[in-house]
Amino acid sequence: MMNDQIKKNKKHFVMVMFFSLFVLFLYGPIIAVIILSFQGPDGGLTFPMNGVSVHWFGKLFEEQRVGDFKGSLSRSFVLALIVMVLTVIISLSAGLAYRRPFKLSGVVFYLTIASLIVPSILITLGIGLMFDRIGLENNWYTSGMGAHLTWTLPFGLLIMFAIFNRFDKSYEEAARDLGATNWQVLWHIIIPIIGPSLVGIGLFGFTLSFDEFARSLLSVGSKNTLPLEIFGMTTTVTTPTLYALGTLTTLVSFVVIGVSFGLIFFLERRRYRREKEIAIQEV
Amino acid sequence: MTAIILKAQLQILPLVAILALFLIGPIFIIIVVSFWDYTEYSLVPDFVLTNYLELFESKVTYKIYFNTIKFSALSWIFTLLIGFAVAYFLAFHVQTLRWQIILFLICTIPFWTSNIIRMIAWIPVLGRHGLVNKSLLEIGVIDEPIEWLLYSDFAVVLAFVHLYTLFMVVPIFNSMMRIDKSILESARDAGANSYQILLHIVIPLCRPGIAIGTIFVVSLVMGDFVTVQAMSGGQSASVGVAMNHKRALLQYPAAAADAVILLLLVLVMVAILMRSINIRKEL
Repeated sequence: MMNDQIKKNKKHFVMVMFFSLFVLFLYGPIIAVIILSFQGPDGGLTFPMNGVSVHWFGKLFEEQRVGDFKGSLSRSFVLALIVMVLTVIISLSAGLAYRRPFKLSGVVFYLTIASLIVPSILITLGIGLMFDRIGLENNWYTSGMGAHLTWTLPFGLLIMFAIFNRFDKSYEEAARDLGATNWQVLWHIIIPIIGPSLVGIGLFGFTLSFDEFARSLLSVGSKNTLPLEIFGMTTTVTTPTLYALGTLTTLVSFVVIGVSFGLIFFLERRRYRREKEIAIQEV
Repeated sequence: MTAIILKAQLQILPLVAILALFLIGPIFIIIVVSFWDYTEYSLVPDFVLTNYLELFESKVTYKIYFNTIKFSALSWIFTLLIGFAVAYFLAFHVQTLRWQIILFLICTIPFWTSNIIRMIAWIPVLGRHGLVNKSLLEIGVIDEPIEWLLYSDFAVVLAFVHLYTLFMVVPIFNSMMRIDKSILESARDAGANSYQILLHIVIPLCRPGIAIGTIFVVSLVMGDFVTVQAMSGGQSASVGVAMNHKRALLQYPAAAADAVILLLLVLVMVAILMRSINIRKEL
């Protein structure tokens, strides 16, 4: 019996070590990049640190040196916002549709899954070719946006399925019994309940678009988005400027993730408080 | 009744429109162009099979497809083993829901940051003067830096595992959380050891999660061109890389033929995997 307990503890210890190593594997490299981006002016791409400075961040904003950093950053940011809003709206709409059977629902579902698994180069090559053939110009806010939506919408729809599989319809039915219209049910019942998950879909929409490289390559036209700019830099820039860019981009992602989690937490808390208030009133 | 059906169709319309424009349209164009002829400067609309014949006659094609399948198989094995172990730890070793959520989020956060930067981040770790080589030199395990750590097939697979293990962790963790704990207890009461429980209960019940993770990892790796290009330093090829190369040489029809074959391969593999699961029920 004692032996069993020791064996169990040992196994648990091994698993904890394994998980810690996995987390180190996940975060170690990016932490190295963040540290190295603060290299002194004479420092290189690898350790040791040669002093500590923000020299390379300054270099980032000198336009000629590292391509069009500011332009590509603002393009990527605006595009990510557009894709985020569209992903939330279209996913919500489609999710609502799937609550009832409709014609060809299976086809649409498998098409959405296909959108996820089709090799990215097909999307980017195909959209580039298609716009070219129709005689339209490839632009980040037209063809580029479409390419990003093919990547974000499947995640949005899958999350919507997960939401509505767990959705308690009794609130909605109660509202309808009290005479609420469809829009009222959507606005006052459904959206407040699934709000936190919608923020989650928005998080996917924003970050997946902001960081998308493969589906952007041939579809955004002549003006680069940030990931394309960064990828271009990997071959031309051999200074820690590259890491400074990595640190800044990661910071943007972390801020977006942080804001989303904060919002999700806030919405959950508010809903919980309201439910409690209502429960007290009923008593 | 018809009003309800009409409503569902309206709700699904935005999703269908986006998929028609940016998924079906581009794939259709690629299929059409794959039968076109081309000169050094332009595309010639035609119906020829030369692009496919050239593809199948070239020995390089088979080598590249073999390489792509090799990357997929290796990435699949490692992401599966690591992903399963991480999910197992989260589901069965972490006791409280609160910590399960925290640790799960720690695993998912990198997914919302840039893939390109996560690849660049290996430079200071694996490079010739990187952390790994420096440490090994210092301990005296090696006399000169290991060259194959970066810009090699090893680096490619490592990057895939780094980027995509999450796609295994999430669905497998999801499957594990659905396992009724009483089944495990009754197995233990009946005298099964933990190895037997793992083999005969946990793994079979995780099959849907494993299948979904496999779909993600295999399709992402097979369709990739950025990771192979960047992490092999241009020394290794995959179907995506070859396709992008043809595209850069303006041989669009040849690239399109390659794309069609790759798409068929991916779709067949996914179709086989989908037979064993019902994705919508797993969400």
